[in-house]
Amino acid sequence: MKAARLTLRQLKDRAASRLMGGLTILVALLVPIMALALLARARPLFDIAPPGRLLLESEWRPLRQVFGFLPFIAGTLWVTLIAMLLATPLSLLCAIYLAEYAPGRSRELIKPLLDLLAGIPSVVYGLWGVLTVVPFIREVVVPWASDALGCLPLVHSDNPTGYSVLAGGIVLGVMVFPVIISTAEEVIRAVPGGLREAALALGATRWQVVNSVVLRRALPGVIAAVVLGFSRAFGETMAVMMVVGNIPQLPRSIFDAGYPLSALIANNYGEMMSIPLYDAALMAAALILLIVVVIFTVFARITLVQAIRRAA
Amino acid sequence: MNRLKYLEERIFLGLMVISLIIVVGSLVMILGMVVVRGVPALNLAMLTQTPRGGYYLGKEGGILNAIVGSLALAGGATVLSFFLGLAVALYLQVFTMDARLAHLIRLSLDVLWGIPSIVYGAFGFTLMLWLGLRASLLGGIVTLTLLELPIAIRAMDEVLAMAPSELREASYALGATRLETAWHVLVRQSGPGLLTAMLLALGRGIGDAASVLFTSGYTDRLPTSLLRPAASLPLAVFFQLGTPVPEVRARAYASAFVLTVIVLIISVATRSLTGRLRRHVIR
Repeated sequence: MKAARLTLRQLKDRAASRLMGGLTILVALLVPIMALALLARARPLFDIAPPGRLLLESEWRPLRQVFGFLPFIAGTLWVTLIAMLLATPLSLLCAIYLAEYAPGRSRELIKPLLDLLAGIPSVVYGLWGVLTVVPFIREVVVPWASDALGCLPLVHSDNPTGYSVLAGGIVLGVMVFPVIISTAEEVIRAVPGGLREAALALGATRWQVVNSVVLRRALPGVIAAVVLGFSRAFGETMAVMMVVGNIPQLPRSIFDAGYPLSALIANNYGEMMSIPLYDAALMAAALILLIVVVIFTVFARITLVQAIRRAA
Repeated sequence: MNRLKYLEERIFLGLMVISLIIVVGSLVMILGMVVVRGVPALNLAMLTQTPRGGYYLGKEGGILNAIVGSLALAGGATVLSFFLGLAVALYLQVFTMDARLAHLIRLSLDVLWGIPSIVYGAFGFTLMLWLGLRASLLGGIVTLTLLELPIAIRAMDEVLAMAPSELREASYALGATRLETAWHVLVRQSGPGLLTAMLLALGRGIGDAASVLFTSGYTDRLPTSLLRPAASLPLAVFFQLGTPVPEVRARAYASAFVLTVIVLIISVATRSLTGRLRRHVIR
């Protein structure tokens, strides 16, 4: 009875609400849908070996049905860790400067530049890597390192090309600058001003205020910013695959070539349908990327929301 | 003791300035490299022709196929993600009363935002296998839409949230339904902001290569059908850079220049639009 009294306007309103609600739920479920779809495609691979063995196996011979992901996982970890070692201190110092030191006008000038840096397409970063970073490593860094530090384990080099996990790490590091800086700056600025003033009144220098008051308060958020940068770097594809050399091996030095998971997928999509189980293996690689990135992003986002809410 | 703390202040200030110089310097270096390498290799034929026979050995032709392809891919995806995204953003802002649900949905959008584009590509490819599609413009548009959606929704969500709540209340007080309030009041009030959100999504979509690699393929022809493959600028850079012929590599630089200019134009437009186009906005 009640439904009959609804006017056309109310009916439209209800229909729109249902439709839009349905769309919203669908979008919210996209992550599990993607995971399940990739899992379904990767399933046949788990019939020949359990996931644990696939992850720790270091041999990769698609034609003989041997799929070991260890070299690719190692490649991804190498480039990501190098990128984070490079980007974390630089980005945090920048973020502190922008939030605590920079006068309003120069902040207004620098923030658009960071947006530009974030907007540069991945292939352009890759091109920069190929034309600038790789030759620099080949001509300058490698000769210097083998003269000065040749005996150390992590910098020993027998790869003369310059296409290396170090090149991938540098390019990735520059790519994650804007991610870490903008998030960390926001978190640092959310720390209430009263805390700073109290410390300044006690005679602290600005750096002492930052170091002992602001950063302590903002720490969870700053960690979250770094984790966001990590998960951005973890799955980056084009720029990295243009400079890391793409050789499936376990890199033993920063000058060795590596082969990240993302590059594995992008390089082999062409032949994946012609070799049995190859497509399943590539989809499994995508699934690994998805799972790791989702775990890290969820952690970072929840921490961030809490950090900003607590600070304010 | 006192001296020490000022020394410390100096050292860290110096380190901060150095890191800022490195960060801004890398931007300048990248843009400079694109201009220095790209401009000399650029000519009119590159922008107005498609590849001819022997193009990839250094003969005549241009990258019009990739420019048009990229605009079609990213444009189509942006239009789709505008309508889908607007529906979701309006639902979050107007229709749902459940704050916890909204929070959860925003969290999942943030997670989607962080998913690497190669994973979208792999998922898009899986989707196309199920639908029986081959690498095509349509496949690329669908995949890019998924990639752009979280950006578009989050940006529109924030824009809609900025509309003063008195406007909504006035609309409800006049007896308008939620849909009427959303459409006639909120969307109109937030018009410029919504456009900015779209440009943001467009900028991300047009530069992305990893997601269209499997899904839209590559072709030397202009895109004429949704079911045929389409070329794209990022892949034009990537493929041409992979050849040993110097002329073709130079074209990769020129393609990168064209791509960067398009992205910069979108970025600057986004910025300047934020200030203008406020005819319907009540302040």
